[in-house]
Formats: sequence, C-alpha cells, structure tokens
Amino acid sequence: MIRLRRLRFRGGVHPEGNKQSTSNREIEPLPLPARLYLPVQQHIGAPAEPIVKAGDHVLKGQLLAHSEGAVSAPVHASTSGTVVAVEPFTASHASGLPVRTIILEPDGREIWEERAYGGDPLTMPPEEIAVRVGAAGIVGMGGAAFPAAVKLNLGSRQAVHTLVINGGECEPYLTCDDRLMQERPREIIDGVRIMLRALGADTARIAIEDNKPYAVAAMTAAAAAYPNVHVTAVPSLYPMGSEKQMIQALTGQEVPAGKLSADIGMVVHNVATAHAVHRALRREQPLISRIVTVGGGAVATPRNLEVPLGTLVSDLLDACGLKETPARLLAGGPMMGMVLPHARVPVVKGTNGIIALTREEVSARAERPCIRCGRCVNACPCGLLPLEMAARARHGDINGAADYGLTDCISCGSCSYVCPANIPLVQYFNFAKGALATQREEKRRADETRRLAAERTARLEAVKAARAQQAAERKRAAAAKAKESA
Amino acid sequence: MLSAIAAITTLGLTLGYALGLASRYLKVEANPLVDEIEAMLPGSQCGQCGFPGCTGAAQALAKGDAPVTLCPPGGRTLAEALAAKLGVDADLSAMGDVTPALAQVREATCIGCTRCFKVCPTDAIVGAPKQIHVVIQRACTACGKCVDVCPTECLQMEPVQTTLQTWRWPKPALAAA
Repeated sequence: MIRLRRLRFRGGVHPEGNKQSTSNREIEPLPLPARLYLPVQQHIGAPAEPIVKAGDHVLKGQLLAHSEGAVSAPVHASTSGTVVAVEPFTASHASGLPVRTIILEPDGREIWEERAYGGDPLTMPPEEIAVRVGAAGIVGMGGAAFPAAVKLNLGSRQAVHTLVINGGECEPYLTCDDRLMQERPREIIDGVRIMLRALGADTARIAIEDNKPYAVAAMTAAAAAYPNVHVTAVPSLYPMGSEKQMIQALTGQEVPAGKLSADIGMVVHNVATAHAVHRALRREQPLISRIVTVGGGAVATPRNLEVPLGTLVSDLLDACGLKETPARLLAGGPMMGMVLPHARVPVVKGTNGIIALTREEVSARAERPCIRCGRCVNACPCGLLPLEMAARARHGDINGAADYGLTDCISCGSCSYVCPANIPLVQYFNFAKGALATQREEKRRADETRRLAAERTARLEAVKAARAQQAAERKRAAAAKAKESA
Repeated sequence: MLSAIAAITTLGLTLGYALGLASRYLKVEANPLVDEIEAMLPGSQCGQCGFPGCTGAAQALAKGDAPVTLCPPGGRTLAEALAAKLGVDADLSAMGDVTPALAQVREATCIGCTRCFKVCPTDAIVGAPKQIHVVIQRACTACGKCVDVCPTECLQMEPVQTTLQTWRWPKPALAAA
C-alpha cells in the first residue's frame, strides 16, 4: 500500500530512548512482599470507600473498597492475607500527601476468591461488559488512571466508530507495554475485541511506535485473524502516546480544542488496559497486578516486573538492586512522570515505571532569560505558544495564560525539553493550571453561597408571612367566637 | 375648637404636600454602582468584612472606603472581579496568606441547642433539638457566626487539610537575577 500521508502530528521531540536495557528481557514476576499498601485513590475521580477493617481475613481478588459515584473505581486484594490497618499512608503522588490506605499482610497462600464464570463476553450485552470492567477496578493503565468503564460507556451516548489502542509508549526508559505486546499479544487482541463490542465501534486501530519492531510483528500476527483489527506502525516521536496526538497521527483528524476524542467518534485505550479487560472478562480476575518497568542509571539490573498492586517502590528497587543512591525517583517516564518523595510509596494501577536517576542524569542547569528563539513553539504538539503562556503564568496572569490556550496544553514537557535557556516551561503551566482550577472552585463556591443565602432569605420571609397569616386567622376566629357568644 | 382643628389640619396638609413635592423634585439618585456591587457580593450578610451586611460593604466599596479584598467568602476571584469593576489595583498578596478554615462540630460536647444553625447565613448546619449538629463543609463560608453563639464551644474553626484533590503545583522558583 502506498502511504499518501505522513503518520505524524505537528511538533514533538526525539528524546533519547534508553529502552534497550529492558526491551529484550522477559517479564518476571515479583515475589510477594512483606506488606501491601493499597490506597483507596488510585484513579481519577472520587476515592473508593473501604468495606474491610483491621483484623479481617481476605482472599485474593476480594473487594476491599467499593467505588463511590459515577467516576470512581473499586480496590481489590492483591493476594490473600490479613488487613492490618486502614490508615493514611504516603500516596504515589508528587505532593507526598497521605491518603487512606488499606494495609494488607499476605499469608503467602494466594487463595483466590471463588467466582462464577460470567459467560462469553462476545455475546454479552455491551452495557454488561462496561459494568464488569468497572467492577474489576480497571482504570487507564497508561498512566492517567481514568476509570475505563466510563470510557467504554461513551458508545451509548454518542456514536463511536473507531477504537484506538495506544501502544505508543513514547516515554524514554519504559518498555512495559512493549514487553506485554511481545509476550501476550493474543490476550491483548481478545481484550480489544471485547472493548469493541462494549463501545459498539466497527474497527480497532492499534498504533505502535516503529522503535518496537518485535511488538509490531507479534501484534500483527495475533490480529491477522480479525479483519476489523488493524495494527499500524507509527513514527517514534514524543508525545505519540498522548491521546489527541495519536489520533492525529493515525487518522489526520484533529480533536477540536476543549472537546473529547469521543466527539469525533473515537475512543483511545492503552494496550495494558485491553490486557486487563481480557483478564477481567475471560478469567474473572480483577485488576490486582500490573507490569512495571524498573529502570534508570541507578538501577543495577533494569527489568520489567509483574508486580502485585500495593507493593512498595523500595521492594522493587531491592529486587533489581541499586548501583548508587538515586538522586531522583520517578513514577512513570522521565518526561511526564511524577517525582516521588521517597521509596516508601506503593505501586498503584497507573504506575507504568519506576525510574531511579543518577546525579548526572538529572543535572539541572541554571535558568536563563528567554531569548524568544521559538523552539518551544516548533516543539509544541498542540500548536500553542509556550513562551507567551509562560511569561504570563510567571507574573501570575493566569487568565492571560488561559487566553493563550493553557487548557489545551497536555503538559508533555516537549517545550521544556528543547528550551535552550532551561526555562521550566511545563512547570509554569502545571502551576497555572492549578491556579485556574482554584479560581474556578472559588467562583463555584461564591455562586453557591449566593444561592444558599438567597434561599435562606426566601425561606425566612415565607415563614414570617405564614406566621402573620396564622395570627390573622386566629384573630378572625376569636372575633367570630366572641360574636357568637355575644 | 373648630378653628384649632382647621389650623392644625391646614398646617398638616400644607407641610405634607411640601414634603411630597420635595421627595419628588429633590430626589437623590442612589448610586447604581452600589446595586451592581451588591449583586456581585455573596449576599450571605455574614459580616466578616466589618460592615453590617453586604449592602453596607457595597456602599463602602463604591465610595472607595474599603479595600476590594474585604470579602473572605468571595476570595481572590471576587477581589479580582471587584478590582476590575472599580478600576483599582488589587493587592492580592494578603489574601493568599489566610489559611482556609471551616467550622466543625465536636460531637463530644454538642448539646443540640440549635442556636448555631439559626444564625448560619448559608444553612450549612443541619441538626434538631437535642441531636448532634453537623456542618456541611461544602456550604460553610467560614463566617464564624456559629462559633460566637455556641454555648459549649463545641463549634470551632478548623484549618482545612490539603488533600490530593486540592493540592496544586507550586510556582517554580524564579531564577536568581
């Protein structure tokens, strides 16, 4: 086939891949750690509500906390054992704030909770699939951790014609999706077909960066039997793994500013999410483990580990060995990952990598003034003007930054990567986005206060009027009585 | 007798008519800005600004007697809106330093006296006689009226804890010039 269009999006950067140390090593299971720490918030949305207490014995896969509200996800036991406590514990988050966490001591017997097979998902009603995916606690496993069931339900609200499966994995160091596609392509394709049914979409398009030739070959072979599942190799260009950029590279269509991909009939899911869907619907296994790349210059033997959720990062680092004390620990890749406060934080559903960087790798250079060279403008995959936005964010002019398209920024960090003056552009945007969110929250609160105050005034006046009326009626009745008796 | 009644009546009518005319022709136009500002304020009449209510605050703002940062429930957003409306520069630096706090009932000492929810300007407290009351945090404006009336000091302003939902990225430190 002649390719008429180049499969790419505007901008983007080519960071050093650093994937070779782990991309050829098989996924290895991590032995059970001494304790598992399962936060009730491992996803975007409302925290789950624990239904177990200290001292309870639980089985592998048993529900520990149920989801709260429409956008939320439940938490299951990663192994059988005893609940030691439900208490605040450091979250896997840059803030280092504590979050309610279920602490589980494994008994080492790995006894599964008994579950009846729910039937063939490919003959199930589509809504049923979404319900089961939600009950299995599956969230977007590419890092964003958005509840997958919510995205699978989109098909019932608007027409979705294409399911895009994200095998981009454009972040340096990370190879967990690459290995998953090489080792378990049939499971992923099965998950994709189940998701196609849930969405009511016609075709699935799996996009894999062309720096993963083995994954492309394995997935193409596994998808060959299904004419509506296509595998496409896309160029290796950061941020290919971003939803909107991937759609643009694959189809040439651009998701309009402020809209969702579903508005143009497409939904994007990660390959690891498809794998989790397969496990949930074919084997009745909730999401209790995931594959994590342990890498970075400070790690002695970088590799991919299949880790029970709730394992501490320090256990992963112990298993892989450290050459030196890491200068910086990241959850996720080096471009968009989060700096961890220390290694005593758990692996959660969205943790795709643990990167321990050495002092040389993080070498921060001093920031210098902007020379308006425009490299950030060329690198921005969203077509924004990072230099203009940063200048405004820096002076606290949040609305000015928003006028330059702050809400369309995906925080990919391409601008910071290319900036010759080492300006922390993306850090300014993250700060400005937070300030914008605070501003909206304050506005919402002020409006709410005004409404409540008006309602209270109306109520008090109604009570007053009712009292006056009652008094008048009593008076009239008394007068009538007096007249009668007279 | 009759002449006295006639004199007083005439006097009353004349003066009344004069007053009526004066109110029509010598009418003082109320500053429309006051109404506009009042519409922007939360209207909870909480009194945290030191004025008797939102109307008083609006009048002071229109005259320029009060800073635009006077309204704690309105927060930064309102201060910015007011500054834009009045064409003044807002000094928002002081506003960020206030630790947000919300009223909270200590269940152990609440006697269910119902005084607090009667004064709450946003109906943020629910309860019934001799039942423990509770503050709905989403509706509380931290005006502190309930703290003042509570006979057992069980209502206290508690600082709001930052959670994962409310945490924000800090501003990058400016490079040394």
